[in-house]
Amino acid sequence: MNAPLLSARGVTRRFGGRIACREVSFDLWPGEVLGIVGESGSGKTTLLNCLAGRLAPDEGTITYDSAAAGTVDVHALSEARRRLLARTEWGFVNQDAREGLRMGVSAGANIGERLMAIGARHYGSIRQTASDWLARVEIDLDRLDDRPTTYSGGMRQRLQIARNLVSEPRLVFMDEPTGGLDVSVQARLLDLLRGLVDRFHLSAVLVTHDLGVARLLTHRLMVMQGGRVVEHGLTDQVLDDPQHAYTQMLVASILPV
Amino acid sequence: MPDSQHDGSAYNYAYLDEQTKRMIRRAILKAVAVPGYQVPFGGREMPLPYGWGTGGIQVTAAIIGRDDTLKVIDQGADDTTNAVSIRRFFARVAEVATTTRTAEATVIQTRHRVPETPLKDGQILVFQVPIPEPLRMLEPRETETRTLHALSEYGVMQVSLYESIARHGRIAKTYNYPVLVNGRYMMSPSPIPKFDNPKLDRNPALQLYGAGREKRIYAVPPYTPVKSLDFDDHPFEIERWSECCALCGSRESFLDEMIVDDAGKRLFVCSDTDYCRERRGEPVQ
Repeated sequence: MNAPLLSARGVTRRFGGRIACREVSFDLWPGEVLGIVGESGSGKTTLLNCLAGRLAPDEGTITYDSAAAGTVDVHALSEARRRLLARTEWGFVNQDAREGLRMGVSAGANIGERLMAIGARHYGSIRQTASDWLARVEIDLDRLDDRPTTYSGGMRQRLQIARNLVSEPRLVFMDEPTGGLDVSVQARLLDLLRGLVDRFHLSAVLVTHDLGVARLLTHRLMVMQGGRVVEHGLTDQVLDDPQHAYTQMLVASILPV
Repeated sequence: MPDSQHDGSAYNYAYLDEQTKRMIRRAILKAVAVPGYQVPFGGREMPLPYGWGTGGIQVTAAIIGRDDTLKVIDQGADDTTNAVSIRRFFARVAEVATTTRTAEATVIQTRHRVPETPLKDGQILVFQVPIPEPLRMLEPRETETRTLHALSEYGVMQVSLYESIARHGRIAKTYNYPVLVNGRYMMSPSPIPKFDNPKLDRNPALQLYGAGREKRIYAVPPYTPVKSLDFDDHPFEIERWSECCALCGSRESFLDEMIVDDAGKRLFVCSDTDYCRERRGEPVQ
């Protein structure tokens, strides 16, 4: 492998006169987990939405090395192709599980949706795959036919992960996957994510404001402030020896226990 | 050809004005050209309330001519209030012959059933549709359902069938059962029982669907494949009854269950009154 999986060049996105992210460039290599950290309003989520093809950038290009079609410009694809890519080769984990799940149908149907969207028509095998994934994200099998409304926050987040990974994507975008969970649940979720990333050789772009999460999960880190990338490098390097004043402030703000 | 001069009544031929009929005919042509696709049209106020067949009646008004013979059924029956009123309406404003016999009709307007007698080449079946969008209950946003149709992303409908099996052990939907038309568009067959779904497939008659409140027209041209959705291990099945029709003895038709006395005695009779009468060999009333 000598081509980056995802690469961004000069990505800029404005909302009216306000610039949410400006001239962001980076490469994501296969098997790598890239973290994007920064405070609220620094443009992390906008950048992630641009990368995932949900929001068109005003300037710059995003190219993806697709398994099916070779290198493609994400925003030059037709909407049909982009949506197909998003539900086969990509996954997207929302901060709020309610946005990423279908709350009105059972957990099994939630996990099976992607399979059915790409043509699975055998109830028994869809159900079998769904229960395999439920077990993989450590949810009791007798909850397979329960709706996510009856699930706790941590279970919903794990269900959302299962629903995304069932189509065996190569690249997963995660927007604060541990936001709003209490610390013990966070720890289990992080453990699970680490295991899954390792087992399925996933590449991922992870947006978080929690430097602890970033240290545990990511290989490389980009620090954003006011829409710009102010520092990037290997995670340990950035966190242990921050160069930029803003990064130093961020690292210094971690509450010691 | 404008047909505005007839018996000097205040209404134009077939109630609607010629411009409106032209607009509806254009929508119908487009609907026939793209089977299963919902074509928007400028629905008019009709002299009956929404939900009573305003869509179907506009489609019928746009296609009917003096040579036509009209049959109107409601839940299979020719003698229910809705069917009688619509039939009389067209007899008055369009001066057409009316019939209750399926074989003699050229245009059949229907609510909730497809006649049991097989339809022929040249006949037109007009459905009254309350909710034309098959994905409506799953996706409330109109912009999103249009996108799903445009990209033919119908996984969500399969999800609803999955959910039904998970909950009830079988696909429990018995009416308005979703179909895929010509391998492309997902279509709501209007609330006909799923018993009638196989009749839509490769039917020699033209099927037109009119939704008055939602102002949509869609169509299934003659001999177009119509497939009911299912799973490989839970195939599509139609309803079966252990009884036969108490009047004509049919085992092949769709049966209505009637309670006939205060003690709860039940009777099963054909829902299609014309089919039942014909089998009994009785004359048309």
